[in-house]
Amino acid sequence: MSIKGKAYIAGIYEHPTRLAKDISLAQIHAQCAKGALEDAGLTKDDVDGYFCAGDAPGLGPMSMVEYMGLKVRHVDSTDTGGSSYVLHVGHAAEAIASGKCKVALITLAGRPRAEGMATGTVPRSRGGTPTPDDPFEFPYGPTVVNMYANCAMRHMYEFGTTSEQLAWIKVAASHHAQYNPHALLKDVVTVEEVVNSPMISDPLHRLDCCVITDGGGAIVVVAPEIAAKLNRPKIKLLGASEFIKTQMGGKVDLTYSGARFTGAAAFAEAGVKPSDMKYASIYDSFTITVLMQLEDLGFCEKGKGGAFVADGNLISGVGKLPFNTDGGGLCSNHPANRGGLTKVLEAVRQLRGEAHPKVQVKNCDLAIAHGTGGSLGLRHGSATVILERE
Amino acid sequence: MAETKERKLPPPAISEETQAYWDAAGKGKLLVRKCTSCGQAHHYPRTICPFCFSDKTEWVEASGKGTIYSYSVMRRAPVPYAIGYVTLAEGPRMLTNIVDCDFDKLKCDQAVTVVFKPTDGGPPLPMFTPA
Repeated sequence: MSIKGKAYIAGIYEHPTRLAKDISLAQIHAQCAKGALEDAGLTKDDVDGYFCAGDAPGLGPMSMVEYMGLKVRHVDSTDTGGSSYVLHVGHAAEAIASGKCKVALITLAGRPRAEGMATGTVPRSRGGTPTPDDPFEFPYGPTVVNMYANCAMRHMYEFGTTSEQLAWIKVAASHHAQYNPHALLKDVVTVEEVVNSPMISDPLHRLDCCVITDGGGAIVVVAPEIAAKLNRPKIKLLGASEFIKTQMGGKVDLTYSGARFTGAAAFAEAGVKPSDMKYASIYDSFTITVLMQLEDLGFCEKGKGGAFVADGNLISGVGKLPFNTDGGGLCSNHPANRGGLTKVLEAVRQLRGEAHPKVQVKNCDLAIAHGTGGSLGLRHGSATVILERE
Repeated sequence: MAETKERKLPPPAISEETQAYWDAAGKGKLLVRKCTSCGQAHHYPRTICPFCFSDKTEWVEASGKGTIYSYSVMRRAPVPYAIGYVTLAEGPRMLTNIVDCDFDKLKCDQAVTVVFKPTDGGPPLPMFTPA
C-alpha cells in the first residue's frame, strides 16, 4: 500500500513567539492546535487522531488529549527527535489510508530559552535507565554541536569542503529571514561574518549553528473527502519515508545521513525526482546538516555539496534551489530544539502561495520537506515527505 | 593549544553486560567484543552480535592502536577538549577523546595509541594520544 494521494495537509500554524516566559508548555501545544484547526476551517471535535513527540508533557498523547479536550481513536507518539513531525505526517497518512482516523492533528512546543537550557554545548544529562550507548559516550562529552562538527570535519577532509561553502547556507537563510517579521535573526549576514564568528567546536562557528527558540507549531492532515470540503488550497502528500541511521556496531560512516534512504524511497513513492522540486525545506540545525542532506537526497553528487550551496544557489529568486524561505532554524525558529515541524510549514506556505512575496517561488507546485533528529554524528532519525499542490 | 587545566570526567554508568570492559580498563587494558560466528569485532560491546545476531561473542584484548577517523575540538567549554572517533586496529570505530596533544595539530587519519584517564569515582576511560 502506498500513501500517495491518500492524505492532504489542510491546516498549519506556527506560534509567533520566540521566547515563551509566561506560557505553559501544554498551553503552547494547544494554541498551535487551535491555530492550525482554524487555518483548516475545522474544529477540535473534528480531530480523531493525535500525534506528538517527546517535547509534549508527561506521556504525550495522554496528557495532551486530556488537556485539549480531544476525543481520538488513533494516537502516535513516535519520537525521532527533531524529525518526528515530518515522520508524523507520513504516519498520519498511513493511519488515514487504513481508516484509523480522518483528521490527524500534530503538535510541537517547547521553552528551552525560557528554561535557560544549555541546548547545544553541554552533554545532555542522563535520566532514568541509561541507554546502552551511554557509558561509552556520555563521559567523553558529546554535545549536539561537537558531534555535528565531527561530520563537518570528516566531510572537509574527504571532499575538500570549506568553511566558506558552509557559510553560504547561513547567508542564504539570512537573506530569507529578513522578510520574516517573526524571525529571531533578521539581519542579512555575509560569508566573512560567518567564518569570523567565534569558533564553537571546530570547524563549526557560532553562525553555523541554528537559533535556540521557544514556541511551536501544528499541522492538520486530513482524508481526501475532508480536504475536498474545505475552502483551502489542496496540498497532497505524494511520498513519505523514515530511517534510523546508527553507528552500525562500530562501522561508523559520518559522510552520509539517513536522507540517502528516505530521499530515494520518498521520491520513488511520489514518482518524481529531486530536479522536479521547486522548493526544499531542509533541516538546518547546523550548516553541515543542510549540506549533507542535500547530497543524500540527490540534489547533487556526494561530496559536491560545497560547490552546490555556494554563491547563493539556495537563495529564492537567485539560485536554482530555494530553501528554507522562512529563514529556517538557522535564522528564524527552532522551537523546542526540534526543527522538523517548521520545515513542513514553510513547504505548505510555498505550495499555497502564502510565503512572503519576496521569497515566494513562482508556480511552486512540488516541494520536499526533510528532517534529521537526534545527532548526525551519533545516531539519528531521518524523515522525508514530498508534497504537491493539487 | 595544549591541555592545561584539568577536566573532570564523569564515571560511566556501568551495566552487568559490560562490567568486564570496565574491570579491564581499571587494569589498563582495552577490550573489544568479538563474534566467533561471523568473526567481526564491534563497539560498543554487546552480548548479541549486531552484525549476525549470534550470541557467541567474547572479549578480546585490543592492541590499543588506531587512527583518528574524525574529531572536533570543543572550544566553548570551561576546559576545551577534543572528541572524535578512533578506528581501532581491530576494526570498530569508537567515540573517545584525543588527549595529551596540541589540539591545533590534530588531523584525520593520524595514528594514535590508547591511554587511560581517571574518572570522578569510577573506572578510568580509554582515550587516545598521538602515536
